[in-house]
Amino acid sequence: MKQVEQEMSDNADADRGTDATCGGGSSPGGGEAAELLSFRAGGQEYAIDIMSVREIRGWTSATPLPHAPPAVRGVINLRGRVLAILDLSDRLGLGRTGTAERNVVIVVGTGSEGTEHHAGLLVEAVSDILTVPCSALQPPPEAIGDGTRGLVSALVMVDGVMVRILDIDAVLPGGESDAA
Amino acid sequence: MNTPNDPLAEIRVTYFAECEDLLESLQDGLQAFEETLAGEDGACETGSDTETVNIMFRAVHSIKGGAGAFALDDLVVFAHSFESVLDALRSGRLRPDRNLLQVLLTAADMLSDLVAAARDGTSCEPEALSAAREALGQLIGDEGHSAAADAAPAADASDFAPVPLALDLGVAPGPGDLPDIAFEDLSGGGEKYFPTGGAQDDNAAPSASPPPAATLPGGAGDGPKGSAGGSLSPPAAEAGFRIAFTPDSALFASGNEPLYLLRLLAEMGNMTVRCRCETLPALKELDCARAYLGWDIFLETEEDEAAIREIFDFVEDLCTLSVAPLTVADMAELEGHGADRPPPPGPEEEADCRDGAPAGACRRAASAGTECDARVAAGPPRRTSGGRGGDGGGNDAKRPAAGVRPVARPTVRVDLERIDRLLNLVGELVINQAMLSQCIEKAGLAGNLECESGLKEFMQLTRDIQDSVMMIRAQPVKPLFQRMGRIVRESAAAAGKSVRLVTEGEGTEVDKTVIESLADPLTHMIRNAVDHGLETPEERLAAGKPAEGTITLVAGHRSGRVVITVSDDGAGIDRAHVRRIAAERGLVAEDAELSESEIDNLLFLPGFSTAGAVSDLSGRGVGMDVVRSVIQGLRGRIAIHSLPGAGTTFTISLPLTLAVLDGMVVRVAGQTVVVPLATITETLLPGPDDLHEVGPESTAVRLRGAFVKLYDLGAELGYRAPLASCVGKVLLLVTLEDESTAALVVDEVVDQRQVVIKGLQDSFGRVPGVAAATILGDGRIALILDPEDIVAHATRQRGARGPALPDRECTG
Repeated sequence: MKQVEQEMSDNADADRGTDATCGGGSSPGGGEAAELLSFRAGGQEYAIDIMSVREIRGWTSATPLPHAPPAVRGVINLRGRVLAILDLSDRLGLGRTGTAERNVVIVVGTGSEGTEHHAGLLVEAVSDILTVPCSALQPPPEAIGDGTRGLVSALVMVDGVMVRILDIDAVLPGGESDAA
Repeated sequence: MNTPNDPLAEIRVTYFAECEDLLESLQDGLQAFEETLAGEDGACETGSDTETVNIMFRAVHSIKGGAGAFALDDLVVFAHSFESVLDALRSGRLRPDRNLLQVLLTAADMLSDLVAAARDGTSCEPEALSAAREALGQLIGDEGHSAAADAAPAADASDFAPVPLALDLGVAPGPGDLPDIAFEDLSGGGEKYFPTGGAQDDNAAPSASPPPAATLPGGAGDGPKGSAGGSLSPPAAEAGFRIAFTPDSALFASGNEPLYLLRLLAEMGNMTVRCRCETLPALKELDCARAYLGWDIFLETEEDEAAIREIFDFVEDLCTLSVAPLTVADMAELEGHGADRPPPPGPEEEADCRDGAPAGACRRAASAGTECDARVAAGPPRRTSGGRGGDGGGNDAKRPAAGVRPVARPTVRVDLERIDRLLNLVGELVINQAMLSQCIEKAGLAGNLECESGLKEFMQLTRDIQDSVMMIRAQPVKPLFQRMGRIVRESAAAAGKSVRLVTEGEGTEVDKTVIESLADPLTHMIRNAVDHGLETPEERLAAGKPAEGTITLVAGHRSGRVVITVSDDGAGIDRAHVRRIAAERGLVAEDAELSESEIDNLLFLPGFSTAGAVSDLSGRGVGMDVVRSVIQGLRGRIAIHSLPGAGTTFTISLPLTLAVLDGMVVRVAGQTVVVPLATITETLLPGPDDLHEVGPESTAVRLRGAFVKLYDLGAELGYRAPLASCVGKVLLLVTLEDESTAALVVDEVVDQRQVVIKGLQDSFGRVPGVAAATILGDGRIALILDPEDIVAHATRQRGARGPALPDRECTG
């Protein structure tokens, strides 16, 4: 079993999800700041609201699920719980993530407390924890034509690099049409 | 549920939990009543009959009492009328007959609706309620009870008066219906016999009530009153006790309440209570933390002294208590002097509390400091020996009578969540144990005898713990079956048919979650049976059957599974009709060749409904396909069997638990998967001669003259391309729902062990062919397969061959 690299607060904030990132990132209002966890997937910088992150752990090989969507890498044992692993790069249409040692799984939780739905996102590496003012968030251009359409809720420039903020609910199959 | 820290809410929850039990015993009583009726064809009461009525009366009465406490007025009013009818029945004023039974059944249904409505804060259909009330009112109306029934409830809300214990009735039929009379008396002014708030004297009783002392002689009116003759062992008719009860301060300090004790006493028979307040100091000297009051209780009862002492079991160290048989002197005292002045202490009492029983003086024990612990430790009610007084023997002879009251084994109500937690922990233990045994193997200690036997023992223990936890969760199917009784009544009434429900094996215990999930499918099946299964009375008579149809609901354990069958004695499935409908809806090809059982199984196809017109009863969108999917969701199977003219039987077979399963751990294409052991009939290693190509993509194995189709697990699960040859692989022969056999091809069999089932619902949607997951000893996840689904899925994938029926072509 691999080590847990970093335990995040398990506090389920009622206001998490994209709402915490300044209302889906569309309106740059108020002086509030969004806290984001940024990571690399498919060679690009992405970020998700830190409140939806439960923990980050090293990659362990998953048990494949038959007939599952290709982006679903399988299931792993998370302290007695069956956790489905989603290859984020594959999900975003950027190709399958290789199985490098550095790859990590970000365990995210969505949904309300009690009925929380957990899933693991396989990414290349976790980069940073960002605090960006809400006013810096920009809506994604309409013209995004690749597989990320509807998945990216906002964009933000950090040190000259564009970071795409993901709508975690849209990324996870189940709420979306591509659920098996 | 309410907030846990609101004490009233907690009591409320308890009350409704108790209501369920009470409703259950009410149903029991009704059922017994019905059987008696059927047995005697309407003949008048017998001993057992009386007891049955008493059980029902108690149940309704207790519901009413609690409802009063929570000001659930509808419930109180209705329960009161119900109770009045039962009382009339008990005292012989109403004759038991079919009509009465019908009213009682409806009333019981209504009562349970009202309880549910009160619990959920909803309201009942007013028409149904008033109809049921009216029916009840009519029964007792001609006796002038209706006025009382309407007027009393309001006053009744505060009236706990549980009074006449049914017990006495069946037992000592001799001197008249003693407690009955008591009930009559008390229903009006029961509370006045008891000190309220513990401080009032009972001469505060309103003048409207009969003088307290009158109850006793009234109750015993038919009995030979004076025959006791001052002896210490009064004859049975006069059985009773004089109880002097003086609580210590410690009794109150430990949270006990004398009122409850008095109530319990009151339930044992006819009771008159007098409060002794001579030690009560002037108000300004009164220390509110001290106890000053005592009570003299005159109790007429058939119970023996031990039963009375049992009531005080928890407080016996915290009070001064004496119990002595009633004497004529006591009676005279009651009658003659009334309650105006404190009675002279009885002889027993004098002995016990010689110093005039000042509460303070009797508190000796209070300082001992251990009472509290002792009280707590006394958890399960222990019976104090009825040592005092040789008269115990005489009363003990009547003891068997008490056996009529179902002896309630001590039980604990536990939050289901706690049990689930325990279950999860046991699950972890099972995983851990698997891990340990793998470690031992790895460490090369596999041959070590001590290690082996220790591990075996550990395994055995784990399994025992597991079974015990499962047993905690297991519940009898009885409440579920009782609910079905109502469904039968209602749907029979709606369909204009006469139907009797026969249940067997109600004591069969099944996991609670299973029971809960079974309610809907069973309801549907019962409705179906009434609506479609049974013929109309005319048709039945024409077919030479009794006009009343019978639906039989049987539960039982069979080879580690729970089997529930629902059968009717109707006309059976009209196969030609079913077939035509299926063809009309395009579910099967017109010319498909179907066996009888295949036609029967068409009923389970989505979108199938035989009813020409969708009736009010069934056909409300929940088809047999939903029933089947619910059953399958419980890892169960459902089968149908029908004989033309003789009826249809549905058989549901379910696993005993949803938490653990005995599985065969196998490897296929480098993956470890678990196949439920229950489905595997045998495993075999086929030789090249046993395998036969039967089609371009299908292979069959020849097994004892029959061909069984092979399903390559690796390919079906998408782990690898289909194998060119299955030689050298292991075949698992699995039995499917329709008794056909299929063979799953795997690489090797690793182990056979108990695995903990982990739901896959947190992953993405339903995975075809996979029932759940489990965690192996090495911490990895293995999928638990559903052979049924794998076969069905494979058939669907390949096929477009018409109906999604299990492929049978390869079975012999």
